[in-house]
Amino acid sequence: MKLRLLATAVTLTTLAATTAACGGGGSGSGSSSDAKTLTYWASNQSPSLAADKTNLAPVLKKFQDQTGIKVNLQVIGWPDLYSKILAATTSGQGPDVLNIGNTWAPSLQATGAFLPFGSSEFNAIGGKDKFVPAALATGGMKGKPPTSVPYLGLVYGLYYNKKMFADAGLQPPKTWEQLTAAAKKLTNPSKGVYGMAMEGGSYTEGVHFAFIFGQQHGADPFDASGKPQFTTPGMVAGVKQYVDLMADGMVNPSSAQYKNGPEAPGDFAKGKAAMLMSQNNADNTLQADGMKTSEYGVVPIPAPQGAKDVASFVAGINLSIFKNTKNKAGALKFVKFMTSKQTQATLDKPFTALPVIKGGTVNFTDNPAEAKAFVSVLHTRAVPLPLVPAEAAYETNVGNAVNALVAQAATGKSVSDADIKAALQEAQDKMASSGS
Amino acid sequence: MVPYLMVLPAILLELLVHIIPMLVGIWMSFVELTQFYISNWASAPWAGLGNYKIALDVHSPIGSDLLHSFAITIVYTVIVVGVSWTLGMSAALVLQNSFRGRGVLRTMFLVPYSLPIYAGVITWSFMFQRDNGLVNHILVNDLHLMGSPSFWLIGNKAFASMAVVAIWRSWPFAFLMLTAGMQSIPGDMYDAAAVDGAGIWRQARHITMAMLRPVNVVLVLMLFLWTFNDFNTPFVLFGPTAPKSADIISIHIYSNSFVNWNFGLGSAMSVLLLLFLLVVTGIWLLATRRGSRRA
Amino acid sequence: MHEGVSFRIFRWVVVTFLAVFTLVPFYVMVTSSLKPLGDVQGDFHWWPTHATVRPFVDIWSTVPLAHYFANSLIVCVLSTIFSVIVAIFAAYAVSRYRFRGRNVFTGTVLSTQMFPGILFLLPLFLIFVNIDKGLGFTALYQTRLGLIITYLTFSLPFSIWMLASYLEGIPRDLDESARVDGANAMGALFRVVLPAARPGVIAVAVYAFMTSWGEILFASQMTNDSTKTLSIGLQNYATAINVYWNQVMAASLVVSVPVVVGFLLLQRYLVTGLTSGAVK
Repeated sequence: MKLRLLATAVTLTTLAATTAACGGGGSGSGSSSDAKTLTYWASNQSPSLAADKTNLAPVLKKFQDQTGIKVNLQVIGWPDLYSKILAATTSGQGPDVLNIGNTWAPSLQATGAFLPFGSSEFNAIGGKDKFVPAALATGGMKGKPPTSVPYLGLVYGLYYNKKMFADAGLQPPKTWEQLTAAAKKLTNPSKGVYGMAMEGGSYTEGVHFAFIFGQQHGADPFDASGKPQFTTPGMVAGVKQYVDLMADGMVNPSSAQYKNGPEAPGDFAKGKAAMLMSQNNADNTLQADGMKTSEYGVVPIPAPQGAKDVASFVAGINLSIFKNTKNKAGALKFVKFMTSKQTQATLDKPFTALPVIKGGTVNFTDNPAEAKAFVSVLHTRAVPLPLVPAEAAYETNVGNAVNALVAQAATGKSVSDADIKAALQEAQDKMASSGS
Repeated sequence: MVPYLMVLPAILLELLVHIIPMLVGIWMSFVELTQFYISNWASAPWAGLGNYKIALDVHSPIGSDLLHSFAITIVYTVIVVGVSWTLGMSAALVLQNSFRGRGVLRTMFLVPYSLPIYAGVITWSFMFQRDNGLVNHILVNDLHLMGSPSFWLIGNKAFASMAVVAIWRSWPFAFLMLTAGMQSIPGDMYDAAAVDGAGIWRQARHITMAMLRPVNVVLVLMLFLWTFNDFNTPFVLFGPTAPKSADIISIHIYSNSFVNWNFGLGSAMSVLLLLFLLVVTGIWLLATRRGSRRA
Repeated sequence: MHEGVSFRIFRWVVVTFLAVFTLVPFYVMVTSSLKPLGDVQGDFHWWPTHATVRPFVDIWSTVPLAHYFANSLIVCVLSTIFSVIVAIFAAYAVSRYRFRGRNVFTGTVLSTQMFPGILFLLPLFLIFVNIDKGLGFTALYQTRLGLIITYLTFSLPFSIWMLASYLEGIPRDLDESARVDGANAMGALFRVVLPAARPGVIAVAVYAFMTSWGEILFASQMTNDSTKTLSIGLQNYATAINVYWNQVMAASLVVSVPVVVGFLLLQRYLVTGLTSGAVK
């Protein structure tokens, strides 16, 4: 009888083993084990994940033809990317090469899971000097070998609807005051038209503008020793400048719920909003929504009169290599290939990115004025986000605080300086006691 | 030997997926497991009671947020369990006697329970949209109860939206359990009561309610545990971070662990939650057992 | 039975209210899935301006829905089968044998039902990852096998409890007469007890399948691009270039149909199974 039982147990185990065979679909996520393959995680830079795959396929094919290395591509959406990367650092089962949002670079560097680019690594990818210095500076903490190198360059700009501005006899704004005046003039809620589009529920947008506008008021979120200082008057003024767009009725209250990314550009493309503050990759979405490049203009996001002329931070996508990659030479070859002048020229257009290597040309738009505006922002009016390990925590805590304040303004409750200060204080306390 | 072999697979699986993870979770709550240590988690510094101190310090933002989250979870649970039970009981009562269309109604009422959670909740989230949702359309355009469209998924109304969705999902389960319970009540008990002149309301109170007691003990406990631990409803409605008014405990802990990547603190909060659930469940089982012995 | 006027009015009110409450989301789901995109982006309409089945065509290309569907089916069917098998053995042991540790076993198993899922999400993640490291290949973390094991264990406590109470209701004479006829414990279980317990087994299977089909929390962290299940995959409609509410509704409808139909066909078993324990 015991034998029969044992037989059953064996059958069960065999069944479990057969499932293991069906369950093996996850093997694609593992780091590649031989010198002829690489696993690469790309971030979502096109209008859809499928489009990313289509855009990258010929480039990866070319890399295989040149080096004989096959690249297994996975495209990961933004909402998942940071958690997936951190999960991969825990499991050690990350890809060999991956895209990161460059603002995360110092935080990810602090996990110790990524390959530092020392002089030999830089030599292998074609030298430090090939990169635009402002972009290269986002690679990691100051004074340490970076753990990422720039790949796609992005900055914020102010998109405006040419026809709506012309009809109202307006010029693109040169100061924040002109911007709000124009926004108010163009707002007509009864027609569902507003002066400004806003991705009000997106924490990344929230913290980006809190940072940019804070910088205009001379505020740094971290002091020299890396301690958060979110409640300085400049920080409060920066958040207020953003929230007031909603509080003063220049933004459709519904946009307080927008958080996926395409909604605000959608409003702008459909003529429901006259202006849009966005990174240059909004071009993708605008065109997919049927807006032609000739229908909009781009100028730097203006600062209030007398404030510092900061229009963006140095945004963008960087490439990192997992430290425990079993194919380091191949990974470096791949990074070299992806940051080569030729690949950059190919990918900048579908990904609507600015070149991050010296001497690169702007290919993503056929509108020279737009190209000029974005390049001038990157070169003269963009500052890096704080390069401290707590940066990612700063993004989530301050970003969520800004979202809550925007929601408060949208639901018709006034937002006072004291409210903003209290929300920022709370975000700062969370940073302090959560060990970041 | 035979019974041990038979329970062995269950024990192994329970160990792997429940018991050992729980012990690991308790260990995690005592270490400083932030994003800087997770890649090398064995080297994370020992925090002692540090995570618990942070979680329980109600004067700090983290502690006070946890307390707030805990308080609204209790309110949420009481409302959802109470209303779901009431609706389920009412429906089971009125469908107890057969009439034309009873079968169709029974089947229809069970559909929300059988729907995959995300499909049901995502439909509600569409209905709660401010500009293109059905709820605002009815309230503003059809019934003119409100002058301007409201936000149902941010701000203070988010709590009510979440509760409605949870009730919509939970009450059919109460209905299912209670209907099944009623089917096992012998019909002659009602006949005897009817002979004694008891009307239908008195029968409902004295026979149905009394006979359903054991079902209710289990049902209320299950509804309580599901609702208190509810993660799916807020996650599908709001994403990984819920508005403050709807920041119930599971999603609160999730965002503290995964949004801020502080697993030590998240684990400490989970352990506190587990202790609370153990105490409440224990008290409930003791109280109802004593009650049933008396009866 | 005398129902009386007040009871009839009460019944009418209850039934009407609940019917509306239950059906409105289905109405929205069905009508919106037939609307062109413009209809779901502007003000809400009770009817499509013109009905179209486009959303049902487009859902398969906007996101790899068929792939997620296959993942969900593999994971849920297999976890259900194993959950039922494991539960049958455990429940039979619990209901037919008085062995040392029996109460500890049932008590522990049932109490795991109340653990908040969030408590073991992260530890489980660490454990899976380390098992994989030990094995040297990806066996559990972000694989279908890992998800199958997790899900089958989720439904296990309740399944064992439900089946054990069901088996309690089956007279022991039945197995004993089988034993007299020369069958061993296994033979008695499979030839006599299980056929008698069919409704209970079906109930457990329905419960296990539904539990795993709707699971979100673990699927959100324990799957990757190639193993993603429907519960997470459905959210991808919102992150594409437009929020395709019509497609979201169409996809919701499509993924719901198999479970709803299955559930409605088998619900009478679930009713019996669920209450056999609670009522006694």
